Amino acid sequence: MSKKFFQGGQHWVWLNAGAISISILMVVGLLLLIAYRGLIHFWPADVQTFTFEVDGKQELVLGEIHSHEIDTQDGVDREQYLLKVGNRDMYGIDFRWVDLKNLQSTSTNEEVTVVERHEWGNVYGFVKTVNYDGKVYEGDFDALAKVVERATDLHEQIRDIEKDDIGSINYDIEQLRLEERRLEIEGNLTPEAKADIEQRRQDRKKDFAEFQKQLDELYSQIKRDSAVFELVDGRTISVAANNMVRAFQPNKMNALEKTGHYFSKLGEFIFDEPREANTEGGVFPAIFGTVMMVLLMSVVVTPLGVIAAVYMREYAKQGPLTRTIRIAVNNLAGVPSIVYGVFGLGFFVYFLGGSIDDLFYPEVKPAPMFGTPGLIWASLTLALLTLPVVIVSTEEGLSRIPKSIREGSLALGATKFETLWKTVLPMASPAMMTGLILAVARAAGEVAPLMLVGVVKLAPTLPLDGNAPFLHLERKFMHLGFHIYDVGFQSPNVEAARPLVYATALLLVLIIILLNVAAIKIRNNLREKYKALEQ
Amino acid sequence: MTQELNLNQESNTKAAQAGQNTQQSAHNPVADETIAIEVEKLNLFYGEKQALFDIDLQIPEKKVTAFIGPSGCGKSTLLRCFNRMNDLVDIARTEGQIRLDNENIYGKGVDVAELRRKVGMVFQKPNPFPKSIYENVAYGLRLQGINKRRVLDEVVEWALKGAALWDEVKDRLHENALGMSGGQQQRLCIARAIAVQPEVLLLDEPASALDPISTLKIEELINELKNDYTIVIVTHNMQQAARVSDYTAFMYMGDMVEFDNTDKIFTNPEKKKTEDYITGRYG
Repeated sequence: MSKKFFQGGQHWVWLNAGAISISILMVVGLLLLIAYRGLIHFWPADVQTFTFEVDGKQELVLGEIHSHEIDTQDGVDREQYLLKVGNRDMYGIDFRWVDLKNLQSTSTNEEVTVVERHEWGNVYGFVKTVNYDGKVYEGDFDALAKVVERATDLHEQIRDIEKDDIGSINYDIEQLRLEERRLEIEGNLTPEAKADIEQRRQDRKKDFAEFQKQLDELYSQIKRDSAVFELVDGRTISVAANNMVRAFQPNKMNALEKTGHYFSKLGEFIFDEPREANTEGGVFPAIFGTVMMVLLMSVVVTPLGVIAAVYMREYAKQGPLTRTIRIAVNNLAGVPSIVYGVFGLGFFVYFLGGSIDDLFYPEVKPAPMFGTPGLIWASLTLALLTLPVVIVSTEEGLSRIPKSIREGSLALGATKFETLWKTVLPMASPAMMTGLILAVARAAGEVAPLMLVGVVKLAPTLPLDGNAPFLHLERKFMHLGFHIYDVGFQSPNVEAARPLVYATALLLVLIIILLNVAAIKIRNNLREKYKALEQ
Repeated sequence: MTQELNLNQESNTKAAQAGQNTQQSAHNPVADETIAIEVEKLNLFYGEKQALFDIDLQIPEKKVTAFIGPSGCGKSTLLRCFNRMNDLVDIARTEGQIRLDNENIYGKGVDVAELRRKVGMVFQKPNPFPKSIYENVAYGLRLQGINKRRVLDEVVEWALKGAALWDEVKDRLHENALGMSGGQQQRLCIARAIAVQPEVLLLDEPASALDPISTLKIEELINELKNDYTIVIVTHNMQQAARVSDYTAFMYMGDMVEFDNTDKIFTNPEKKKTEDYITGRYG
């Protein structure tokens, strides 16, 4: 039987099947791990009260279990919990290792309140007094909820004014400064022009003063409310309303409420901006930056790659030179991406961007505008990085178009270009999409070159906003891949950041999948439309 | 044995060719016809290899002329000279003249695209574009910059009727042409070719990839089309040549062996080689 098994080639089949199964298992396992570790982070865990006894002294600790570990030291197992205890302003750090050997009892108090703050992390404690609308409520969680609700509302208003209105005024004033500087350089700064600019500046400053007044009003409102919490060790902590993000009592919540809370946290993660050195809040700017960069890259790389491939396949004489170029292009795909980053920095940023600044924006000096890393340069660098993939697959597609179709078009009086444009290129478009799919998959996950040409840890503004010309290609941006690196390895608060690494990684994978699925959908439509190749 | 015999015959005919040529010009089969295409001393080379030898031929207007001959004899190559399709082969080189409307199509300054508009072609395998039936027929017109819906509608209907396809496809003009049967696809290619109203229609074994019924339809169509177009057809199928053509040229090894009325070629050929081929002794 075994002889038959080997002679029939069965062992190869089993080997292949085994290899594929292992690969799939690894990928699925990785995804599941990322998804689990990332998604569980947003679930409001119960906050427990732990009683420890160390050297005859009792100590109470309030916190949620973050992880559980068995540490073997000198042959003795030490079981430990990592507790998230919050109150960083009081305890110094959010997390604390505790030894289970000393644990006496655990209890769950329904009144435990968690308050997320804009600064200093969470508060874990009990509501003592709430100051709402000038009245004092004793231990009233409902009053606290009202405080938080109003604080959120006011915060949104403040944010709108600061980001949109004042942001746009600042932008305008900066534009006026540049205009003045440009006129000065050109020698056209007549007293009238200067007066005009000054007038406009004063107008904007007047607007600014108005918004500032509104802001002051809002700030005074939001600061009026506050709450005092009692910690488990008896100390108290006072939190002003403007520092509150949300408050909840996890031990009281039922499953439905917890689910609601979960999705609200998840929504915050996806749609909000980061807080606290990226360890809290959301990653929306990073999502936006990633997608934006990939789209820009696609817009650049597709025509470039297609034109190159068409030239090499259709027009260039197929000789040793073309062959050499083809090999060179294929090899470009193997160049380490950081090399592209260095090239992008040297060529795009310093040379190209610097030249653009010199030629068109002399007024911005000494601060560079295009001569500094930014979205456009990152997109161009990645376009260069992914160019070989697009060229190779487009060439492949072109070579698969049957000669008979070209002849049919030529025989009807089409020129070579018309044949290419009207028949060959549409038919090769699925292959171009394949190239683009591969390019997107590679580009979206790339981090190393981006660190050199435009990605930052925290970008104050999105590359797309309400100020003309709306799309600011020269701005720096955030990127999910870099965000993972930054949060995971550059963060001061490692324990708090770790779940976010998983969540961000999951998000990055999902976005790449989404972009790919979109591209594959388009490709399948094109394939359906031009299915002559199967004939 | 027969091989040797053939070789002998061949050298004999080669030697006798000069005499026969004068004889042939004395007996001109197309003397009464208007001439559409005139081929004069056409030689064609693929690199070092010569594929056509001193072809002289006059193709009559609004008649069907068939090229027959064994595989590799150069009949398709000759056909593809008429719309300069051989230009696509890098190593191909032609000498001599082909005159269409008294103009040498291999002359300087000839617009090849314009020539191909005047000399339409249908290929061996149906090659519709992966577009709708309508767009396939309109393709040539759009190339000429005709984009008016009304004009296109008219011409598409006219061309599809001309190719005896209208009744079958009038309800699905905007469906993909690749959903049609092979025979329909080939008639679509004919419709596509006549939509630009060429003077000459070149058919390169148009029915060889089709079933008998589709073949019959194509043959009927050729009979219809010859009222309006000069048709040159290459075929492997001698019955087909006999059925559809008015004149037949027999080619062998790149030579034009005999050109005459179809009836004469098939009943009473002058050359031994023609007779051998027609009676199936070789080829």
